[in-house]
Amino acid sequence: MFQMNSAPPLLTIQGLSKAYAGPVLDGVPFDLRPGEVHALVGENGAGKSTLSKIIAGLVAPDGGLMTLRGQPYAPRNKKDAERHGVRMVMQELNLIGNLTVAESVLLERLPHRFGWIDRHELHRRARRILDQVGLTDIDPGCFVKSLGVGRQQLVEIAAGLSQRCDVLILDEPTAALTAPEIERLFAEMAKLKAAGTAILYISHRMEEIQRISDRISVLRDGRMIATKPVADLSLDEIVRLMVGRELGEAIRRESKPPGPVALRVEGLRRGEAVRGVSFEARQGEILGFAGLMGSGRTETMRALFGADRAEGGEVFLHGEKRPARIRSPRDAVRQGIALLTENRKEEGLLLPLPIRTNITFLCLDQLSRAGGWIRATAELAEAARWGQALSVRCHSYEQRVAELSGGNQQKVMIAKWLFRNCDILIFDEPTRGIDVGAKFEIYQLLADLAAQGKAVLVVSSDLKELLALCDRIAVMSAGRIAETFRRDEWTQDKIMTAALSGYLKQ
Amino acid sequence: MNAASKDPVSPAPRSIWRSLPTEYLGLTLALAALVLVFSVSTEHFFSATTFRTMANQIPSAVLVATAMTYLLVIAEIDLSVGSVLGFCSAVLGVAMTQWHWPLPLAVLGALGAGLLCGAFNGLVSLRWRLPSFIVTLGMLEMARGGAHALTRSQTQYIGSSVEGIAGTSVFGLSLPFLLAMVIVVAAQLVLTRTVFGRYLVAIGTNEEAVRLSGIDPRPIKLAVFLLAGLLVALAAIIDTSRFQSANPNAGTGFELQAIAAAVIGGTTLMGGRGSVSTTLFGVVIIAVLNTGLASVGARDETKRLTTGLVIIAAVILDQYRHRFGAKWRNE
Repeated sequence: MFQMNSAPPLLTIQGLSKAYAGPVLDGVPFDLRPGEVHALVGENGAGKSTLSKIIAGLVAPDGGLMTLRGQPYAPRNKKDAERHGVRMVMQELNLIGNLTVAESVLLERLPHRFGWIDRHELHRRARRILDQVGLTDIDPGCFVKSLGVGRQQLVEIAAGLSQRCDVLILDEPTAALTAPEIERLFAEMAKLKAAGTAILYISHRMEEIQRISDRISVLRDGRMIATKPVADLSLDEIVRLMVGRELGEAIRRESKPPGPVALRVEGLRRGEAVRGVSFEARQGEILGFAGLMGSGRTETMRALFGADRAEGGEVFLHGEKRPARIRSPRDAVRQGIALLTENRKEEGLLLPLPIRTNITFLCLDQLSRAGGWIRATAELAEAARWGQALSVRCHSYEQRVAELSGGNQQKVMIAKWLFRNCDILIFDEPTRGIDVGAKFEIYQLLADLAAQGKAVLVVSSDLKELLALCDRIAVMSAGRIAETFRRDEWTQDKIMTAALSGYLKQ
Repeated sequence: MNAASKDPVSPAPRSIWRSLPTEYLGLTLALAALVLVFSVSTEHFFSATTFRTMANQIPSAVLVATAMTYLLVIAEIDLSVGSVLGFCSAVLGVAMTQWHWPLPLAVLGALGAGLLCGAFNGLVSLRWRLPSFIVTLGMLEMARGGAHALTRSQTQYIGSSVEGIAGTSVFGLSLPFLLAMVIVVAAQLVLTRTVFGRYLVAIGTNEEAVRLSGIDPRPIKLAVFLLAGLLVALAAIIDTSRFQSANPNAGTGFELQAIAAAVIGGTTLMGGRGSVSTTLFGVVIIAVLNTGLASVGARDETKRLTTGLVIIAAVILDQYRHRFGAKWRNE
């Protein structure tokens, strides 16, 4: 299909390192040859995006050496990288909705005469760029936001392709595209390849990768596991390389016989993200939700909780025959469901307010006299009680939540919901962005909650955490639950295969 | 759970007396400095008459600024307060002079008009998720139009029958002044000590977090709009009684004055932080500034220039004051 080329590498990377809270990239080697499509795969958080952002000049590395065409290469920013002929088309859209297609495609090089935009020339050039990728039906004068997400993505790609470059990075370019659009993209990539451009292609769609790439590199936990010709690896082998072999960390909990069903969800639907989700969770059980980014886990939880209105499906609580009516978070909380959102800063906490206010917020009626008069002493005592129970580290409970570390902020959020004493607790990425010490405290807490007979649902992108913690794991893929595994059934390979399954058929 | 973790010291619940120095020290000093400057520069300023005059002038401004503070706390705003004041005043005036309603009924009519305007502002902005800035900007025009339509743009002279409200005095202080003070204290206590007040601060801080906590912010926000309408109507009744007439142009520019007073008092336009009692300081500072400048013979343009500078200076000072306690802003 593709001929192996063994030309000298265009871009060479040695020992690249980057750390945020922990190491994200750890001594990574990498190289790109002219005229090749080089796929980069790995689990969520393996370091794919960081690696590509470093190459594109968006992130500065902590250490390591990059050479481009034999010269040392250290881009100061995106513009600098582009001057060196390195471009990146982002996963998140870069386009500005309020501009026209032509304006956004040519934003950095608008044709002008004494500062006045030459609209005629602008549209002529944009037309040419759009035609190149087969977008003959898009009017350069229409607003970007009037296009669907998929077509916006195509315009973005067109903008990226339109400028001459030697290295092109495509991060999940097909995520929002339809089949014919993907074909057009591949045709365009083939043209660039023939012209000698090196393409770094990030995706979790294995079929696409096997079809279009020459070589594949696998990242795991910030380390480069393998770089091989695609033809040498089977799908199973790629998956095994991605998840690794070593199992589990120190977190362990005993599985007990689960209690009665606390929550049953049937055919839950909302938009593209949640396409008929059914599962049940029992009292005293920790049910994990695994899946790739964008597989619909967060959206499912939000729909179940009433944060977004579900478009279909039913939720049954505590074995009742009649479906529960949950149309708003208010309904959900009243029926004993708690949702601890993944964005604790944006959606969970009242950052500038004291710890006390955050912890007692859901239970103010218990702490007030007639007329809503808050009993200040009782409020502080309760805040202190819950703060201590969760060992929130702070100077005083009057301290602003914003001043706490991520782990302690998370504990405040958990305290707030535990005070409310809900029976069904949904944790969305409970350990994202928090240090290892606090992580283990939170794991223990989840285990304790299950031991108390609560139904605990955990969405996490950290598979190891789910494997250590959960009684069962539901694997979501493309808006559905692909498979559910019990502790004695699962393997990392099976879970990874299930997580990819929804994307293989497309 | 963890023996190593330091047990945070639990301070006593914040008492009103404890928070007094930190919250009011700066404003008290600023006010004292203004009074001192004017007392030194002109002999007519520091007299019982001056202060009694000011005490009679400020009640309506205090009520309107209180309403504005509540709205700013929930991250909303009401630009229509001045026009609604004019409209309510017009309702009261026309009801008495032309429809010959008895005073109590006319007063109820004015209160109803205020409530109606507040309901419109609140319902429209909540139902269609419009910023209250836009909706109340519309109301600013509509209510003024309504006031002119009702009065046919003529000031309605009511005469002594309404004088009683503003004219009654208790211990040498006018009834409206006492009423305004009672409302300020009550509003401040509700804001800081009740569940409702706590919800207002939370909504202004992060409305989505409140919603996801299972508390519907919409009825709470509507209540604030209604309350604002009611307070503005009360301010209209007080002013109508003070002037014994209903002027369709009453309250022009009040919205900016009310925002200025709240901002001088340290309330932000971003929501989540505000205090009615410091807003009172803001109203008084503006009043002292106006009266003081008038008594030193400053012209109108000088007054406006100075007031503008004071507003900006107050906000800058307030930012410095908050920077010490709020590291999160720098993150």
